[in-house]
Amino acid sequence: MSMETIDLLKERFADAVEETHNFRSDHTARVKREAWLPVATFLRNEAGFDMWIDLTAADYQGREEGLPRFEVICHLRRMKDGARIRIKARLPESDPSIDTLKTLWKGADWMERECHEMYGIDFKGHGDQRPLLLYAEFVGFPLRKDYPIGRRQPRIPLLGSEERRFSRPEDETPHGHLPEDKNNG
Amino acid sequence: MNGTSLVNNQENVLETDLLEITLGPSHPAMHGITQMLIKLDGEKIVSCDVEPGYLHRGFEKECEDHRWNQIFPYTDRLNYVSPIINNVAYAMAVEKLCGLEVPARCQHLRVILSEMTRITDHLTCLAAVMMELGAFSAFLYFVKARELYYDLLENVTGARLTYSWLRIGGARWDIPDGFVEQSKKAIPETRRILKETDGLFTKNRIFLDRVVGVGAISQSDAISYGMTGPILRSTGVAYDVRKANPYAAYDQFEFEIPVGRNGDCFDRYMVRMAEIEQSLRILEQALVKIPGGPLSVKDPRFTLPDKQAVYTTIEGTINHFKLIFDDIHPPKGEVYAAAEGGNGELGFYLVSDGGNKPVKCRCRPPCFAPMSAVGKIIEGHMLADIVPIYGSVNMIGGEMDR
Repeated sequence: MSMETIDLLKERFADAVEETHNFRSDHTARVKREAWLPVATFLRNEAGFDMWIDLTAADYQGREEGLPRFEVICHLRRMKDGARIRIKARLPESDPSIDTLKTLWKGADWMERECHEMYGIDFKGHGDQRPLLLYAEFVGFPLRKDYPIGRRQPRIPLLGSEERRFSRPEDETPHGHLPEDKNNG
Repeated sequence: MNGTSLVNNQENVLETDLLEITLGPSHPAMHGITQMLIKLDGEKIVSCDVEPGYLHRGFEKECEDHRWNQIFPYTDRLNYVSPIINNVAYAMAVEKLCGLEVPARCQHLRVILSEMTRITDHLTCLAAVMMELGAFSAFLYFVKARELYYDLLENVTGARLTYSWLRIGGARWDIPDGFVEQSKKAIPETRRILKETDGLFTKNRIFLDRVVGVGAISQSDAISYGMTGPILRSTGVAYDVRKANPYAAYDQFEFEIPVGRNGDCFDRYMVRMAEIEQSLRILEQALVKIPGGPLSVKDPRFTLPDKQAVYTTIEGTINHFKLIFDDIHPPKGEVYAAAEGGNGELGFYLVSDGGNKPVKCRCRPPCFAPMSAVGKIIEGHMLADIVPIYGSVNMIGGEMDR
């Protein structure tokens, strides 16, 4: 079922589909990130993949030569016949950004927020990329491979304490910029 | 006195500002550790911003730092009211990656224990909702039924909550003597308790006033949000992973998918009650004849050898040592496998580079999608409606925040 969709994708987006496989019968297509939104729109509106399943990312730092570092992975399902498909796109380290799918599936909203805080991927047009599972003061992107697993972050001052009262948001380190790693271990 | 002064005089006009309140993270009416930032107009909710994450323990990061078999205890702590299903989902994903075919006996036992934990999951959800709605005795009834299964699961796995029962390619323990008889006794007992609670609630005016028509969600919204499980089924979509993509031995049993119509809190309650009955049906069928044969795959690359062989042969010792210290090496590739959890589709997306640790281990938590919609569902309702709505979503902190 999904095989036909993969063939259809290859036909419609001949320039954009970079790689396809069906390892263990999971039908997968990797597309150029410029084609992310058109491909998703096609899958949603024409191929009928109406059910949102999952969106996540992966960091392949230093693992695959010649391929960009990050990958965004999206799983979809078709309600009608239960067909499933996986689409992926690679994002370079210098500019890890991709179009949001929030406009197509409502479920994309929070999953993209989670992806943003964990991997630092910018979802263009999302508009609300506040941290979801982490807290505003958290610095760095914990699921990137270069974030050490043992790193500790400083405690946040208690609400109402002197430090908290006089700190203004603009004084704080912007999200994503690592301070010196004092407590690494 | 001027008659229009009350309107024109700014000082005398009653202010109607929106009231901002913060509910949670630790609040007796909150079904878990989550914060809600609510704007109220009187008692009506104008907007609601849900902030989860208070239980985030870095599940994915820990998985990437652990070997394939070491991840089982972490999966127990995702949805801690139905840990066996998490074990099954993760084991299935790794087995799919490795191309392993698990023996029939293990598949069968996976179904039995999954259904038991599904019953405990639904019972816990219903118990908590009832308690939050003020019916504390109902909580005790449900928990009494849950206890039957906790005892049974403890007999098999040795633990009451964090079972870690499965291994890649099989399971750690076989069922003890007398398990089948004991389980058969638990089924009518559960039915009796369900009948009691059904009599207490299903036509209870006080309960119905709180849940009927409250927190309804449309079918197309539910699909677009990626909702699964009882919440999707309460809107009338008969989607159940056990039927749609049968895994383990689910294709051998007869059961129905209960669906609702309106997608409101009452339908969610009814779907969960009906699903417990269906799980009991599966249990009844499954307990009749458990296939014999080995419990685990007999493949030295994936499963530990018999203790006898470990202590008496050099091959056995080396095999044991290799698996404990080096663990399995699945082939390079990526897979997604899903099981039907208590709350819906529980999926694992794994990436392997051929090493003994996953490159990526993503858990698709079933309560994540409904949670992302809760803020929208709540809008327009009264403050007190948060309790049944949020309760019927059945947010499980361990699974939501990972």
